[in-house]
Amino acid sequence: MSSAVEHTDVLVVGSGFGGAITAYHLAAGGAKVTVLERGPWLESSEFEHDYKLGSSYTRAFDFVVGNGMSVLGGNCVGGGSVVYFAAMPRAPRFIFDRHGSIGRRMWPAAISRGTLDPWYDRVAESLSITKQEWSDVSYAGGLWAAACDHTGRTANPLPVAVDNSKCVNCNWMMAGCRFEAKQSLLVNYLPAALAHGAEIRPLHEVQHISRTPDGDYRVHYNVVHDEDYRIHNGNGVIEAKIVVIAAGAAATPVILQRSEATLGIMPRSVGRYFSGNGERLNTAVINEDKAAELLGLDRGDGVAYAANHIGKGPTVANWDRLDGSLPEYSRYSLEQLYFPPGLGTILAQVPDATGPSWFGTGKKELLRRWKSWLTIFTMIEDDNEGVFGPPPATGNAHRISQQMLGRGNLSYSPAKTTIRAWEQSDAEVKEILEKDGLAEVMPWTNDLVGAYTVHPLASCRMGDDPHTSALDDRNELRGHPGIFVTDGSAVPGALTVNPAMTIAALAERAVPGIVQAARDKGVAVSYGAPAPDGSRGGRKSVLPLLPSLARR
Amino acid sequence: MQDGKYLQTPLGENVTMTLEAYADTIIPGAKRGPGDRAIAGVATGGGAVQAGALELLQWDATGIHDGLEDLARRVNAHAEAYAAEQALRLDPTVPPFVALAYEHRASLIQRLTTPGHPEKEFWVLLALFCNMAFDSAAHLHTAQALADGHPGLVAMGIPSPDADGLWRFEDFGYGRALADPHPDTTPTGSPA
Repeated sequence: MSSAVEHTDVLVVGSGFGGAITAYHLAAGGAKVTVLERGPWLESSEFEHDYKLGSSYTRAFDFVVGNGMSVLGGNCVGGGSVVYFAAMPRAPRFIFDRHGSIGRRMWPAAISRGTLDPWYDRVAESLSITKQEWSDVSYAGGLWAAACDHTGRTANPLPVAVDNSKCVNCNWMMAGCRFEAKQSLLVNYLPAALAHGAEIRPLHEVQHISRTPDGDYRVHYNVVHDEDYRIHNGNGVIEAKIVVIAAGAAATPVILQRSEATLGIMPRSVGRYFSGNGERLNTAVINEDKAAELLGLDRGDGVAYAANHIGKGPTVANWDRLDGSLPEYSRYSLEQLYFPPGLGTILAQVPDATGPSWFGTGKKELLRRWKSWLTIFTMIEDDNEGVFGPPPATGNAHRISQQMLGRGNLSYSPAKTTIRAWEQSDAEVKEILEKDGLAEVMPWTNDLVGAYTVHPLASCRMGDDPHTSALDDRNELRGHPGIFVTDGSAVPGALTVNPAMTIAALAERAVPGIVQAARDKGVAVSYGAPAPDGSRGGRKSVLPLLPSLARR
Repeated sequence: MQDGKYLQTPLGENVTMTLEAYADTIIPGAKRGPGDRAIAGVATGGGAVQAGALELLQWDATGIHDGLEDLARRVNAHAEAYAAEQALRLDPTVPPFVALAYEHRASLIQRLTTPGHPEKEFWVLLALFCNMAFDSAAHLHTAQALADGHPGLVAMGIPSPDADGLWRFEDFGYGRALADPHPDTTPTGSPA
């Protein structure tokens, strides 16, 4: 590594939604932007349909086992958007009025569904999010809809960021979309950021941040081996006037904790209030004869379902419990999901097991019926119970395997309200799917790796109260001007729906404030870029909101 | 990308037998022959052992490869203690864990993986890789594993990909409305 220190205007840590969106707007506005991403940079042609360790499936993912909570996240250029299932619902109105355990509104007063909708619109335009039609819904989604209907419930095709004209329903979305049907950040914000001169450096894992004598920041990184992430090939430093941290809710607080020695004391909420988005999974084994008889389902060849492996992740959700008149901790959505083998199958339990429930002869029989599995994904309101312990030596975990698997220091002990909500939602899934013998259902066990989330949130959250929030209502880290956090860790709490749309909207909303902070430090940058494809509808509707967001 | 770089730790016979017995407890299979002691033989068809659990465990990519001898030693020590507690006589010609009958192997693994057990993480990790050998053949290219009749992938009914190794499904849905949407759905398709 050269000993000369590099300089940039804005250093962005992470290239998922929080990093890609801010990098694009700042680069388009004229700033010199450098993005450091700890994972590899994979092209569409490199996205493989392969479960072998070392394929894109394991290179692009990160699974960190904690104490009571395990987190699955993206680990590549494009971050979570490369491995996500592209379900993009907006958070229901009542979410923004949640109190959680702090006795007052968790969200900043400035943010509600109404004030966030224009930013949601910007994201919808940029990612071509569309409301799915029934003709787009997979067999699994159709089955879930029919089961909901059979028990007097509603069911909605999800809004998604998928180009259905390119989708082949391979159900390999988690390994990256080979067909560019999924609207990951690799096909919109990131190429647009590059076109405006932003630089993206893959396999650069930021470790900590320090301050320069003149009030700028120095970002310290290690270079990670491209195949064996346990190996580091050197390190380096980049100086920046502004730092945007978007390393993901399981990594952002760890970087800040590790920086406390050099930056000074961190807000109390850094590394606290982590939420797993209240997530929980149930596996149902469908009785194929009953699916035909009770629901009238037929794939055209006499087979009712047996299609667990076909589709595009989640396509249908039940939202009957997303009712703002219900008390907090009793509202949730129930979403059909596909969960690939390898990462979660071991946690599926045998219904009515007399011996072991997650391994053994019964489990093998369960696996033999894998094509008839239907996975239901529950998102309840948890109580922000997660707390990060001391940071590991590097990164956010002690890496065990060459890729994907590590041990982190996140502790999560679910509150009674969380446990009760999981029990209530489990019971409802069972009621829906076991009616008239349609299926047998069991929740995944939490005994092996704790609870399991694919949507980590809130570990460095926004708010109005300095005691219970690390960021102000413009995503700036309290006490550290010029450091902004724009990933899922900024979201104050569980959303009861898939959070990518809300993370992205908050990142869009944060940009005017970051632009102003950069201008105050002498960077020649302005706000006002259109959507990455040049569309201008979304920009027009946010312009009136700018004065309040650009204040200092 | 891993082809040609398959580093394996050579294991002694007793260690191999012990780990095979552990893997067979997670996903059981049929005995490979009349003299097979590691596999308990409580299920038909291939289990985790036939699926390649030992190959996966010994691959340095897993990070568990250099702890296998220690794990075998520990599980055998636990098996001895378990046998003493249950007043079971163990055949001294095989490792203690292998000498346990299937239900006792399973019962011991349940104990070792119960929340609060000080070594739980090791045993869960070992079980995780045994399971992965069966349910995703993580040591093999998936399309090739299917073509070769991998016992786990075949038992699960995973169909073969197209000739280029990619899966595509032309028929993917029922193509009709199967429920009423929530009445408060917004025009963008989101909850209100």
